[in-house]
Amino acid sequence: MAINQITVFLENKAGALLNVTKLLSENKVDLRAINIAETTDYGLLRLITADNAAAEKVLKEENLIFTETPVLAVAIDDKPGALSNVLEILAKENIDVHYMYSIFGHQNGYAYMIMQLGETDKATALLKANSVVIAEPRDLQIG
Amino acid sequence: MERYYQKEVECASREEMVALQNERLVAQVKHVWENVPYYRKKMEEKGLTPADIKGIEDLHKLPFLTKDDLRDAYPYGLLGMPLKDCVRIQSTSGTTGKRVVAFYTQHDVDLWEDCCARAIVAAGGTNEDVCQVAYGYGLFTGGPGLNGGSHKVGCLTLPMSSGNTDRQLQFMTDLGATIICCTPSYAEYLAESIHERGLRDQIKLKAGIFGAEAWSEEMRHDIEEKLGIKAYDIYGLTETSGPGVAFECNEQTGMHINEDHFIAEIIDPDTLEVLPEGSQGELVFTSITKEGFPLLRYRTKDITILSREKCSCGRTLVKMKKPMGRSDDMLIVKGVNVFPSQIEAVLLENGYPANYQIVVDRVNHSDTIEVLVEMTPEIFSDSLGKITEMEKNLVSALKAMLGIYAKVRLVDPKTIARSEGKAVRVIDKRKI
Repeated sequence: MAINQITVFLENKAGALLNVTKLLSENKVDLRAINIAETTDYGLLRLITADNAAAEKVLKEENLIFTETPVLAVAIDDKPGALSNVLEILAKENIDVHYMYSIFGHQNGYAYMIMQLGETDKATALLKANSVVIAEPRDLQIG
Repeated sequence: MERYYQKEVECASREEMVALQNERLVAQVKHVWENVPYYRKKMEEKGLTPADIKGIEDLHKLPFLTKDDLRDAYPYGLLGMPLKDCVRIQSTSGTTGKRVVAFYTQHDVDLWEDCCARAIVAAGGTNEDVCQVAYGYGLFTGGPGLNGGSHKVGCLTLPMSSGNTDRQLQFMTDLGATIICCTPSYAEYLAESIHERGLRDQIKLKAGIFGAEAWSEEMRHDIEEKLGIKAYDIYGLTETSGPGVAFECNEQTGMHINEDHFIAEIIDPDTLEVLPEGSQGELVFTSITKEGFPLLRYRTKDITILSREKCSCGRTLVKMKKPMGRSDDMLIVKGVNVFPSQIEAVLLENGYPANYQIVVDRVNHSDTIEVLVEMTPEIFSDSLGKITEMEKNLVSALKAMLGIYAKVRLVDPKTIARSEGKAVRVIDKRKI
């Protein structure tokens, strides 16, 4: 099942990221993963949170611009070659990885990669058919 | 059916208007000669006496006044009446760094309010309307001018002044405002707020009268669509009175100049020659009814075109095109003339909000221009590729319009200050 990632627009200026993380912590929103894609003037802050509704309420109050995007939390065996194995499955079916980043820590014996694959449903089916584990929100204490 | 506030003047024949202007100009020149030594000296330097001005065909002989004269003569040098006969001052916002103080007798205030009343009636206003005046009140002419005009029309007037958007929206919905008067940038902001709060169904607005800033046709369509109103332009300057020097009718193809009070000319700003009708040039006004602050041939620095083409509204008053922007607003970047209104038009065409700021600087002896635009939910996406593609398209569109490269910078929402008086659209660091 896909997880909804929150992407926040952040102008590149000192304290912008801190402002968001502080707001979230003050409102007791746990982060499961965080990633930034940047240009010279601004960045896209990508968040996997334990409570999207609460996070979005805070972001809205702060007049921040954000959007939700479905992503997959793909379980990767913690051994060499495991990530390559998953990427190979996707490449064979011409599914692009738009971006990916890893989730904090190891859980349930796996490392998890957050992947934005465009064709979420197709990718989910494909990975499952190849015995790749995709995390459910509850596996990551999300929701 | 078209309604007028003062039909006999607004629809007068050209002959009647010229006769009125001739009579008033001759009297005004005499008044100024006798009461304003500063201007009398200027006339004397040109070897002129009031006897040389027999009518509007002699107007071109008179010396010009500029903002520099107003500064030199500050505060009382251009006063036309004893202070005991003046009842009011208004002052410019000082956006160009030179504050102007203008004086009004009660007669001047009355005529100014008549001009604003004409604008409100042209926008469909009647004594059945609720007119929300959200221009600043105080030294700025916007609030007092439209307030007075609204009284004259008999509208229920809401003297809100600018700012405090929560209160604006509360009165707008609770008291059913039908006409809103404010700067176009504040109208845009109100429209955004109404949209965000889902109040569109609760507002009864039918018309807006927006002025004091340069704004584009695209911005007009945007405001009209968001608020479900017809948006009318209004023009004026503190030096001649305030808003209401010219106003728009339903045709929305230019603003009718109240020429029974202000004679308009278009000149070449370099040679100072008067240009024929239809030419683009600098707008010059001669006040022919003002007593307290009677400026003759005042150079507005606004670049526009006059037209006497027949108007479908029935008014015969000459029309001026929406100014390209004050020549004060005009930026020269890398030797190219840039008007903020051109940049605004490109932004709106490309789906960006009209709230923007232009920063001009000089780096290594070369001019740079940067356009700051606020990110909006509509243009935001999770894909860096999509956003940078949009930025690239905007840069190309700006280049096509301006002829030079302008950098685009996307900034956080609500970080560019909303104007309550006049928007600070341009920061020219070359001058700091």
